[in-house]
Amino acid sequence: MEIGLEHYLTVAAALFTIGIFGIFLNRKNVIIILMSIELMLLAVNINLVAFSTFVGDLTGQVFALFVLTVAAAEAAIGLAILVVYFRNRGTIAVEDLNIMKG
Amino acid sequence: MTDAQLLIDAQAFAPELSLAIGGMLLLLVGVFSGDRFSETVTWACVALFALTAFFVINGAEGRVLAFGDGMIADPFGRFMKLTVLAGSALTLLMSIEYLRDEKLTRFEYPLLVVMSTLGMLVMISANDLIVLYLGLELQSLALYVLASFARDRAKSSEAGLKYFVLGALSSGMLLYGASLIYGFTGSTNFGAIASVISAGGMSIGLVVGLVFLLAGLAFKVSAVPFHMWTPDVYEGSPTPVTAFFAAAPKLAAMALFLRVVFGPFAGASHQWFQIIALISVASMILGAVAAIGQANIKRLMAYSSIGHMGYALLGFAAATPEGVEGVLIYLVIYLAMTIGTFIIIMMMRRNGRAVEDIRDLSGLSERDPTSAYLLAIMMFSLAGIPPLAGFFGKWFVFLAVVHAHLYALAIIGFVTSVIGAYYYINIVRLMFFEKPAAAFEKPPGIVNAALLGASGAFVLVLVFVPGPLVDAAQAAAQSLFR
Repeated sequence: MEIGLEHYLTVAAALFTIGIFGIFLNRKNVIIILMSIELMLLAVNINLVAFSTFVGDLTGQVFALFVLTVAAAEAAIGLAILVVYFRNRGTIAVEDLNIMKG
Repeated sequence: MTDAQLLIDAQAFAPELSLAIGGMLLLLVGVFSGDRFSETVTWACVALFALTAFFVINGAEGRVLAFGDGMIADPFGRFMKLTVLAGSALTLLMSIEYLRDEKLTRFEYPLLVVMSTLGMLVMISANDLIVLYLGLELQSLALYVLASFARDRAKSSEAGLKYFVLGALSSGMLLYGASLIYGFTGSTNFGAIASVISAGGMSIGLVVGLVFLLAGLAFKVSAVPFHMWTPDVYEGSPTPVTAFFAAAPKLAAMALFLRVVFGPFAGASHQWFQIIALISVASMILGAVAAIGQANIKRLMAYSSIGHMGYALLGFAAATPEGVEGVLIYLVIYLAMTIGTFIIIMMMRRNGRAVEDIRDLSGLSERDPTSAYLLAIMMFSLAGIPPLAGFFGKWFVFLAVVHAHLYALAIIGFVTSVIGAYYYINIVRLMFFEKPAAAFEKPPGIVNAALLGASGAFVLVLVFVPGPLVDAAQAAAQSLFR
């Protein structure tokens, strides 16, 4: 079987959807939300690199590198905020994120 | 790239460069001198904003593309940059006293504001999907930290965590949209995307990409149905940070929104019109109805800002230069009203603590008539009652919508602004006709009093001298449609 663009796009779309559902369905732990966010960004990277190859244009791969860098910064900041939150509340369960309702 | 080209690029982006270099230098000052010089660093950051505004005014003329067409400097960008810089500088100034009272004075605070403002300027000059994304993330990453700045308070860290999770989700959606747009047009450049769309129309993949991109942007301007972070983040963040959130990032995200729908996607107005009309109507309705039951004034301002973003988005739906002009005027007026209102909210302190319930304002007219009258002016202006500035913001937007023959949208906007007036006027009723609550600790300090007076004067006097603002907004709006 020939692996074409649509296969890459399907995998990326599936990963992206799993990432979104991971954020909304998970009731246990904020760390899982961070992992889901990474999954979404990686799905985007698969998209970008696949498009870049099939369009024959390097911009997409440059974009993917930028996304990787920003994702690393984002994860660092997210974990830092999580540590601050844990110090205040002593828990990182999603159900306990409820001092303010909304 | 030749040296001459590099010089042109650097000149066009002197504002961003000065903010980046100045911010890093001040970071060094802060790190080496510690918290003793925090307030000096704050004043230096305000001076840096002024310097940047000077570069914006005296920078490149007309419309300049630079850095391989990745960034653009045009009258629209200059107008929005000046507005955003004013918002950042003024909210920084008004935060000094509150941070001192709350013992939150740290040199990181002004520098985070500088870094997120740098991100906003990059967003406003974006002419490429990569630049758009990088600007947006630079802004957002600093804002996540600012939301949880009071790091020993559970509310603030919860606000930061919620903002981070939902903000990262929105960035992911925006990015997924950007990847689809790149794939179906073969370029990330706004000009190239526009020419592909005008030549070949919108393919289905491109429409999906546009929807994801607009969803991400709607999140940043907190339009319904992507507004759920706003009330919690507004309530939990320290009040000066809330004021900053309400002022600068909203305006920058709106500028980016305008840049995207009237730049690369100008040829796809049929597709985005439906989305924008829907989120605009939904935001206006939610902003008018959901604020009614709120007791916390910061939460109330969050719903108010959702409603106001709905009115601003109404101007997009007209899809004419007149509509964009209305949006720009609306944003400037909204900035002035936000600053005035938040200075009073920061003044609400009792027994060494900030109080946030609207009933704490009861009988303010007897205890502190000046503040009560100024807040009443702000509330009437937010409600859109003539002859105050807020009325003119709505007037220009509604006029453009009526000229575009979108009567249904104009009627919905009018009805929601009447409903929304209820909760603004309710605050005025509390201040003037209720029994006085205990007095607040002290009146605003000299800087805040001056800013409060200035914003009150702006809101009152705009009706007599609307010329400069209207002319500048008109020139800016025209440059977006060339």
